[in-house]
Amino acid sequence: MQGQTVMADRVNLLRNKGAHNRSEALIRAILLLFALVSILTTAGIVAVLLQETVLFFREVSIVEFFTETRWTPLFASKKFGVLPLVNGTILVATGAMVIAVPLGLLSAIYLSEYAGERARKVLKPLLEILAGIPTVVYGYFALTFVTPLLQRVWPETQAFNALSASIVMGFMILPLVASLAEDAMSAVPQSLRQAAYALGATRLEVTLRTVVPAALSGISAAFILAVSRAVGETMIVAIAAGQQPKLTLNPLQSIETMTAYIVQVSLGDTPQQSLAYKTIFAVGMLLFLMTLVMNLISHWITRRYREVYE
Amino acid sequence: MNGLFANENGRFDPRLRQRLYYGRLFQAFSLAAVTVGLIVLSVLLLDILLDGYKWLRPEFFTQFPSRFPEKSGLRSALQGTLWMIGLTVVIAFPVGVGAAIYLEEYAPDNRLTRAIEVNIANLAGVPSIIYGLLGLGLFVRGLELGRSVLAGSLTMALLILPVLIVAGREAIRAVPQSVRQASLALGATQWQTIRHHVLPYAMPGILTGTILAISRAIGETAPLITIGALTYIRFDLKGPLDIFTVLPIQIFNWVSLPKAEFQELAAAGIIVLLAVLIALNALAIVLRNKLQIRW
Repeated sequence: MQGQTVMADRVNLLRNKGAHNRSEALIRAILLLFALVSILTTAGIVAVLLQETVLFFREVSIVEFFTETRWTPLFASKKFGVLPLVNGTILVATGAMVIAVPLGLLSAIYLSEYAGERARKVLKPLLEILAGIPTVVYGYFALTFVTPLLQRVWPETQAFNALSASIVMGFMILPLVASLAEDAMSAVPQSLRQAAYALGATRLEVTLRTVVPAALSGISAAFILAVSRAVGETMIVAIAAGQQPKLTLNPLQSIETMTAYIVQVSLGDTPQQSLAYKTIFAVGMLLFLMTLVMNLISHWITRRYREVYE
Repeated sequence: MNGLFANENGRFDPRLRQRLYYGRLFQAFSLAAVTVGLIVLSVLLLDILLDGYKWLRPEFFTQFPSRFPEKSGLRSALQGTLWMIGLTVVIAFPVGVGAAIYLEEYAPDNRLTRAIEVNIANLAGVPSIIYGLLGLGLFVRGLELGRSVLAGSLTMALLILPVLIVAGREAIRAVPQSVRQASLALGATQWQTIRHHVLPYAMPGILTGTILAISRAIGETAPLITIGALTYIRFDLKGPLDIFTVLPIQIFNWVSLPKAEFQELAAAGIIVLLAVLIALNALAIVLRNKLQIRW
């Protein structure tokens, strides 16, 4: 990239520096502008969220927002405690991780360490179909297939509940975990495996004591990215988990996540200038910060702890 | 020493049989994990097919949504999806490819470039509903585009931009330096080199990435709900400033209605949605295999 720019400059020197150079510079400027759109997008997100959030906190104290345990902005007696929404979000995301982490990691191990080249070429794209299915489809599946199943096992399961959303979301993020963890394990050099085999280790021991530890930074980065995805996921919870913000750890009950609340308000007829309407930006800001922090940690782990071989 | 590999007499015993047994057990477990994922995938597809196939009649594609299930159809949703995707591509493609060209061919190695790169990586991880809030604040209210299909497309364009840029950069990077050097050596300017040599070779990869980005946009629901795309529209979409609905929103609307027939309509809508996505992905694969140049 660099060498080529230098070269282009030299070529330019050899030519008459007239109109050609001006149009070249213009094109370069336009392309730079396009590249800056991404920065503007981030700036736009922060500006929009911040503007409305500041307006929101002029009317509601930030202490109430983080300590009050009731969230009822749409009712007559308004309470603005975000904790129930955070609780719902974490409850569903935890459930999803309980499914996605073991299944995803085991799948990654199978694909990277056990499957032959041909089996992997078939299995990996098949698994990745799961990641390509629109989330509204998962929502439908959770509501009309998984929830009735759960109700047969636990009759007290509510029609909208955190568990069915969790389970389905777990399968949605499974390919993400599997794919990223597999990339990390495939990047472990063959010589490490050969050394372990030479010391008499079995394939299982090579996998669990050499490959997985060597790939641990990549694997944990994958987990954090998966949590971030689960926290930001919207349609599954909006369809299947309900609209009742409450502080509960019972996954069979109806709850509400931060994302589902934003959908609820967007669908309703809340006036755009009302305080209730500003809540979605405050909740959005919190959601944005939560996922941003997780994404940054994930990137940081990958860069900081990447084992460099050769 | 009574270590891992000592028998009761304290002598060395590799316990190979036991360790290999654990190994086989573990292999079976991990194969089972892959299989569970695939089983869930097949159950999901089968469940939706069985729920929805009987509603897939010609009228389903030509009727507007209605209070009566048998009179309901996807007409407005299909129009909305087509309009939205068309506008999104027109907006996002030049910007995405332009940004990719800049980052691969022009960008000096400085702080601004690194900031752009880190920023793109972070944008890819922002939840889609946040883009919806951005679109609501910036396009619906700020530019006063209202709940129009144009506002939806602008929002969606920003959402798929990181995907487009990453795919575009990969495709451009895969074009060997010798192609550029040959062109520059013959006296072409940098832009002439890019325009006539790099881009044509990179185009199959760029198009494949674009198609995959489009299929992401077709399935997205949350950001469009947030900017206020409607769920119930009973007239034809005439222009970019009209209000609109799209396939996944129509499906979402039917899922939330209590009547069992509407749930089946939702399943039928999902079948259509998945069929479109499968067709697009097949096209992407064909494009990749047929047009891609191996160096």
